[in-house]
Amino acid sequence: MGAAEKITALPYRVGAATVNGLAYVGSLARLAGDSAYTTVAGPFRGKGVRLQRALHQAMAVGVGAIPIVSLITFFVGLIMALQSAYELRRLGAIQFVADAVAISIIRELGPLITAIIVIGRSGSAFAAEIGTMRVTEEVDALETMALRPVAFLVAPKFLAMLVMVPCLTVWADFMGVMGGCLFGVTGANFTFISYLRATRDALLASDILTGLIKSALFAVVITAVGCQEGFSTGAGAEEVGRSTTTAVVRSIFLVIAVDLVFTALFYLTNHG
Amino acid sequence: MNEPAGAVPVISVVNLRVSYSEREVLHGISFDVRRGETLVILGGSGSGKSTLLRTLVGLEKPSAGEVWIKGVNIAAASEPELDEIRKKMGVSFQGGALFGSMTVGENVALPLREHTRLEDSTIEIMVRIKLEQVGLASFENYMPSELSGGMKKRAAVARALAMDPDMLLFDEPSAGLDPIIAAGIDELILELKKAYSMSIVVVTHELASAFLIADRILLIDRGNVLAIGSKEEIKTCTQPRVRQFLDRVPEPQVEDELNYLQMLTRDIKARN
Repeated sequence: MGAAEKITALPYRVGAATVNGLAYVGSLARLAGDSAYTTVAGPFRGKGVRLQRALHQAMAVGVGAIPIVSLITFFVGLIMALQSAYELRRLGAIQFVADAVAISIIRELGPLITAIIVIGRSGSAFAAEIGTMRVTEEVDALETMALRPVAFLVAPKFLAMLVMVPCLTVWADFMGVMGGCLFGVTGANFTFISYLRATRDALLASDILTGLIKSALFAVVITAVGCQEGFSTGAGAEEVGRSTTTAVVRSIFLVIAVDLVFTALFYLTNHG
Repeated sequence: MNEPAGAVPVISVVNLRVSYSEREVLHGISFDVRRGETLVILGGSGSGKSTLLRTLVGLEKPSAGEVWIKGVNIAAASEPELDEIRKKMGVSFQGGALFGSMTVGENVALPLREHTRLEDSTIEIMVRIKLEQVGLASFENYMPSELSGGMKKRAAVARALAMDPDMLLFDEPSAGLDPIIAAGIDELILELKKAYSMSIVVVTHELASAFLIADRILLIDRGNVLAIGSKEEIKTCTQPRVRQFLDRVPEPQVEDELNYLQMLTRDIKARN
């Protein structure tokens, strides 16, 4: 390849990558839109969303994740307390440890860590489930039975995730605060009640609300990516593994990107 | 094609072309399936016969040509139109494509639950009737993973029969089965043919099974129609390519020694 070709090849590659990226986001939006349409318009056409299936998904996505979410966010809360206490003690401001934990967990880490756990547990499972169904022609079978794969497989997952991820986030916030509380009580002269009071005073209602809005967006992203990767699975068992990996990697990236955009937006609307 | 007077085609394929991205797989295929007949689509590996079946059920979109089913060109039909046709069309996939998360009975009941307003008790009775017809009575509470390959295919046929279709399509019914089980599936197709006045389309590469179950045979080769006619017409056909397939003559080795040498040394540069 000559130098001139290399120079012209670069803008071409950048352009192609941009178009592919936008097309991918478009396909995610389409999946989400189709699901929303079937969920909202379905009941009026005599084809309600599969509540039974949504409930089943909600159990797997939400209830099944409670132990691991509790444990991890409790630890993260404790870690945040230890890390900030390290600095706060030098400044003689150890009583602010409750504020530091509350703000970092509820604004940021609660929603984010919940999202990442849900990606690992459910986003990957969506991709593997739908991918396997593609390989075994089950998705084709649905279509030949005049059943929409999106209505049948994707819409119940969206519904379950939109309810369960914010719920898990609230629980994660609580457990994170409890983790901080453990340090507060044992290492910073708080009582259980005074720690909770300090936490309450440190927070605004909007902190919890923005966390919940973000977690709902994360739910949409995780479901869309998991299902999209499942549907784009090629032939063979190997492909299921590939699409599961891609689903996890892309979900993590997109969740962080969405997080950044919305955190910036919240910042600008409050201080801009 | 010598159409007997009054025979109305249920499926009419006109100059059908199908491509996967750049590569054209079917190069202009035309044939009819008559009401109540069993047409076997016979062809070697890679002949395009599975693609043809997938196009007939609307899973692949043709790049050109028409597929008329009951007066609707499914190549240009809207989704609701396509759904109406699919509800009266049973498809049995190669591996069965049963939904792994449901029992055999739930699999058979699924189209009835989704498309009809029958009582649960009625559906249960219909499921038992369909399973009994394919020789799987009392297997309704088994999971698909607990069934053997032949039983899975029988269950898939029961599911395809659920909506009392007037068209039944089989993709490689004997693939992956031992000769005795495969003969059982052939027997089942013959029984269904006797019991219902359905039009049946079977895609296969098994000569023996094709000549057993067919009323007419369509022989396709490398994406083109090689011959179509009754069993006798095909048996006595003198066309060399047809004879090669029927007499199971392997492809002649075309490369001579020079070509072989060229193939080995191609793209390898001399080192000096």
